[in-house]
Amino acid sequence: MKILYFAWLRTKIGVATETVDLPAEVRDVGALVEWLKTRSPKHADALANSTVVKVAVNQEHVPYDYPVGPGDEVALFPPVTGG
Amino acid sequence: MTVKVQSEDFDVGAELAAMTGGKTGIGGVTLFVGLVRDMAGGESVSAMTLEHYPGMTERQLEAIEAEARERWPLDDARIIHRYGRLEPGDRIVLVATASAHREAAFESCHFLIDWLKTKAPFWKMEATPEGERWVEAKESDDTAAARWTKPA
Repeated sequence: MKILYFAWLRTKIGVATETVDLPAEVRDVGALVEWLKTRSPKHADALANSTVVKVAVNQEHVPYDYPVGPGDEVALFPPVTGG
Repeated sequence: MTVKVQSEDFDVGAELAAMTGGKTGIGGVTLFVGLVRDMAGGESVSAMTLEHYPGMTERQLEAIEAEARERWPLDDARIIHRYGRLEPGDRIVLVATASAHREAAFESCHFLIDWLKTKAPFWKMEATPEGERWVEAKESDDTAAARWTKPA
């Protein structure tokens, strides 16, 4: 699965994208965020407060109970500040 | 109907001319131009860098624009949003809507800006004397966008 990080999530974790092998038990966004926290202390720090971590699956905003699978493009980012 | 995500500046007059040229049914155009301010939260800002999510940004802007066209009778709508490094006084965003009637132009422009603030995947980083910092989303932006979820 391709994971993308933006804004301060990217600067805290230190990479813009990574490709991960998803464990079979990770089936939704919430479980994915919890699993990503275990990848490194930087991931754990960046994702510590999941209320400010927004998620898009295949470029659409989705809630934490949204299903994910190995073929999805998942982006994690803080609330947007455009305009 | 146009959506552009670009690093380069845009010409407001040229966009207006392109929207209205030869279209005599348009009664009014509402234009919003967002600029980089030199102050934020009491600190001076020397530059702002906008990051975005290529691919998703265009999709979201097109979806927002399509929603505006569904809600109001528009002859044209344009969104141009810049990314990259900008300085105080630089233009960041253009939203323009054209309609036979001014209320439709005003309201749809306001709607597009409010939704851009909360839905389009852009993030701003400010350079201040204290260093660089990511701009935090404002609750007031969510409140402003929420009013449009009620029937117009």
